[in-house]
Amino acid sequence: MDEQAIIETEDLTKVYKTQVAVDHVSFNVVQGEVFGFLGPNGAGKTTTILMLLGLTEPTSGKVRVLGVDPTRDSIKVKGMVGYMPENMGFYGDLDAVQSLKFIAELNNIPRDVADERIEAALRTVGLADEARKKVAAYSRGMRQRLGLAELVVKEPKLAFLDEPTLGLDPDATNRMMDLIESLSCEKGMTIVLCSHFLHMVQRLCRRVGIMIKGKMVAQGPMDRLAQEKLGLGAEEYTLEELYMKYFQET
Amino acid sequence: MQGWKPIFKKELADHFSSYRFIILFSLITMVSLIIAYMVGVTIKQDLEGVAKPKFVFLMLFISRGVVFSLVQFVAFFGPLIGLVLGFDAINRERNEGTLSKLLSQPLYRDAVINGKFLAGVVTISIMMASILLLITGMGLKIVGVIPGVEELCRIFLYLIVSIVYISFWLGVSILFSIIFRSIATSALASLALWIFFSFFVSMGATVVANAAAPDANSSNPEAMVRNAKIQRAISLISPMVLYTYGTATVIDPTRKTTSTMVLVGPMEKISQERFSGPLPLSQSILIVLPYILSLIAITAVCFAISYTIFMRREIRSL
Repeated sequence: MDEQAIIETEDLTKVYKTQVAVDHVSFNVVQGEVFGFLGPNGAGKTTTILMLLGLTEPTSGKVRVLGVDPTRDSIKVKGMVGYMPENMGFYGDLDAVQSLKFIAELNNIPRDVADERIEAALRTVGLADEARKKVAAYSRGMRQRLGLAELVVKEPKLAFLDEPTLGLDPDATNRMMDLIESLSCEKGMTIVLCSHFLHMVQRLCRRVGIMIKGKMVAQGPMDRLAQEKLGLGAEEYTLEELYMKYFQET
Repeated sequence: MQGWKPIFKKELADHFSSYRFIILFSLITMVSLIIAYMVGVTIKQDLEGVAKPKFVFLMLFISRGVVFSLVQFVAFFGPLIGLVLGFDAINRERNEGTLSKLLSQPLYRDAVINGKFLAGVVTISIMMASILLLITGMGLKIVGVIPGVEELCRIFLYLIVSIVYISFWLGVSILFSIIFRSIATSALASLALWIFFSFFVSMGATVVANAAAPDANSSNPEAMVRNAKIQRAISLISPMVLYTYGTATVIDPTRKTTSTMVLVGPMEKISQERFSGPLPLSQSILIVLPYILSLIAITAVCFAISYTIFMRREIRSL
């Protein structure tokens, strides 16, 4: 695997008025991996992602995403990076094809290329049959898959997925996991996955970062962390045990 | 400016397919047509057997029908069009979670407001132009007089000023949709501001003027002038008054000043008595230019405020 770092941060800090949301966080994400970004609610994961996208300015610290400083040139970063926010919204009165066309236009993708990509994306996420239904009539699972289709159309090098399986039924969750896996394997997308579904993270990711109260308390290959913290081998631990161990310590 | 075009296109499509736009448009068209019809019939009766005066056609817009003339109607209810098009521009996207998705695409933040504002202005333009064209068409049929070139120019100018005026209210409502998170709050705040400027400013102007310069009703002409001056100065903070002044001599060539009779200076009075004919277009424009420019200025200021607030907001509180 090409071990080129796609995200590099150094002492990244964000202070909102009096509250320190992100506290001197340094971590790397390398080319082609699925990085599990874990932590309790309000730990600062979303804020970190927003800083990596250049949507909010860090108070201090260095960031580089795909070799570009998002604080300086956020347009360039946003052109190369896809973001699927938690509770992603859709324009209810558009259908799937129209929504994807809108995304393609915003990304300056030429129309003929866009049309091909949209068709392929809808097939990939399994929405081809419902493509002409208004998004307002979509179920939660379908909406999340449409969100993923937006990423596929954009074809970013790096994608942030914030809670992609929140509120999905078990079948839809499995389907979502397969899709994320295929994005990583087939499209070669680097993925940062924020989730509380730890068994899913354990299945998809090799390396994880655990963030608690604004601090990155652990990062690295899951197996190594388990070895160090729990003294268990690769097959014996669950990520849940590991996560709870860190959580209780802080 | 990158990225405003797709937003502009989408917003325009949204405006034209939304129910509230269709309802408002049909309502305003209906009222305008009724006014034009009534005025047209009255003009026709009045002109029977009389030599045709100049600018008959413009009388369609300025004569009072039953209650309102068309110009007064637009001054009063035009703002509503602007408010309806913009009061939920930003906070709806924020509430539905589409704003963060939009902003994570490669576009500058200002593209979002630019696209929305422009789509609103185009919608307003199409709406106003079609209403004026409808009335012109009706006027042709009822009155049977063909408008002259100058009259058409005046109508066109009136159209432009009206678009700027309504765009100001669009800007106000977009500003409120940025400031307030809740759609209901931003709608109510814009309505409140509209009511304030439409009713209370002129009322307040009278009260303040009477307090500051009493004896206005006595035979003291100085006090009367002072009273009228104060009243005018205060009422000018209302965009509706600005608009009314700004269109007064444009659409009505027989008017030569925007002032009330009390405030007309001695020289102006003399010139008015000597030259009783209508004003040429260039002179009419000269008189109203300050008001039109102020109208453009407050629209720009309002837009600039929205701009700064929107650009500076933390994304988490957007």
